[in-house]
Amino acid sequence: MDFVSGLRCRECGRAYPAEALHVCDYCFGPLEVTYDYEAIAASISRDTIARGPRSIWRYADLLPVADAAPVDLGAGFTPLVRADRLAAELGLGELWIKDDTANPTGSFKDRVVSVALTKARQLGFKVAACASTGNLANSVAAHAARAGMDSVVLIPADLERAKITMTAVYGGKVVAVEGTYDDVNRLCAELTSERPSWAFVNVNVRTYYAEGSKTLAFEIAEQLDWTAPDHVVVPIGSGSQLTKVAKGFEELAKVGLLDRAPSVRISGAQAEGCAPVATAFAEGTDAIRPVKPDTIAKSLAIGNPADGWYALDAIRSSGGSCAAATDGEIIEAIGLLARTEGIFAETAGGVTIATLAKLAAQGVIRSDERVVAIVTGHGLKTVEALAGTVGPTATIASTLDAFDEAIGTGDPFDTGGPTAATTADQATRSNA
Amino acid sequence: MSVTVRIPAQLRTLTGGASEVTVEGSTVGEALKALDAAHAGFAERLFDDAGALRRFVNVFLADEDVRFLGGLDTPVADGQTLSIVPAVAGG
Repeated sequence: MDFVSGLRCRECGRAYPAEALHVCDYCFGPLEVTYDYEAIAASISRDTIARGPRSIWRYADLLPVADAAPVDLGAGFTPLVRADRLAAELGLGELWIKDDTANPTGSFKDRVVSVALTKARQLGFKVAACASTGNLANSVAAHAARAGMDSVVLIPADLERAKITMTAVYGGKVVAVEGTYDDVNRLCAELTSERPSWAFVNVNVRTYYAEGSKTLAFEIAEQLDWTAPDHVVVPIGSGSQLTKVAKGFEELAKVGLLDRAPSVRISGAQAEGCAPVATAFAEGTDAIRPVKPDTIAKSLAIGNPADGWYALDAIRSSGGSCAAATDGEIIEAIGLLARTEGIFAETAGGVTIATLAKLAAQGVIRSDERVVAIVTGHGLKTVEALAGTVGPTATIASTLDAFDEAIGTGDPFDTGGPTAATTADQATRSNA
Repeated sequence: MSVTVRIPAQLRTLTGGASEVTVEGSTVGEALKALDAAHAGFAERLFDDAGALRRFVNVFLADEDVRFLGGLDTPVADGQTLSIVPAVAGG
């Protein structure tokens, strides 16, 4: 049994039944799932969660659909990694990385899709569809295959190769649209009116889909022994994830899972080539002007963000900030995260880390804060972004001499320790 | 100018179920006002108190967001298509 009491328009407050509806018929405002929090509080506890599956479904009471066998590839419960080496580089204190590269299809989108398709199946839909910048396409195609549903995925034609392959391999229809993501999204929004029997996860099922991102907040709190962090850095594409992370922390307090009301500052990260929310934040305005994206961070290249206003509101009301990173800074940040913590992020992760660095340097994110940065997707999806920046240290013949010539005969790392004997070995070899 | 307006499912109750309506107008704003004159109820759904497009209403002229053009003052050519699309989608 789920604890959904209905849907409600965020703009005008009109109530709707929990069906495949995403906008208010009256004002076109977004619909939001409402819950019976008293009943949830009576049902949920840290113990019931601990006994649940190691996936987002351990928090089923706080999700908009209950199902004994959800459409599930194991999304969620990803590592929260203490990042001391990165913290030292950035002059921060306690820093954690929420490593959502570890999801089944390599991004946080598995959280929202698992929720969306479980609900879609309950509502009787047989076809899963979406507009995607890539990660969602991967996840919808995979989860639809898992559920035995047909899938139709629309993507901008210029997406990274890996994201196209990782979608097409699951056997659904992949339609590459000539245009930007905003063109694809507009087409899907229109298609939703013409193909009402399809579940467009981020259009007509978006109300449920978006709720999946709350599990990021749930997991972060549980992994920090049921405390909330002081500051979370979240990338912004549509703004939905950031908005739902904020909602997730509030809900934990509401149902009694946190000892004290959380006060989490939420900061947003955008790519400079597509920064409508960061621009509005910097200008101190509520008006988010759509832009034409031009950035290597294609998964965040949404020039007309549906939840931009709400993301801006969540940032401002929490005392957070919002900044944007250039393509060069994104590439540098991908390398920095990989070098210091062993985590390979896609370009959106580079946006998060670059923005984290920027806000730390500005003193907005402070060294006395417990900080979590959300890294939302795996680097293998966007290897093109690193073309020409990383590669083999040397390419050599398979001889010891060639190796020594390329790497040098001393210890190139100068670390001493157990390898100290190598100097004598090298002397022996060069005498031979 | 004769303009075709594509109606989203949410507003087809106002058009008797029709997904497209043809109206006259020389700008986007005039065409939408003509739509309201022909099918009462559109204006209060599409415009806020100040007469601007509501923030969750997107209007596209020949598939381009009118906010990248001249907004409601954008001139329309005979035979062009206007689409009204809910903004809350995607991401």
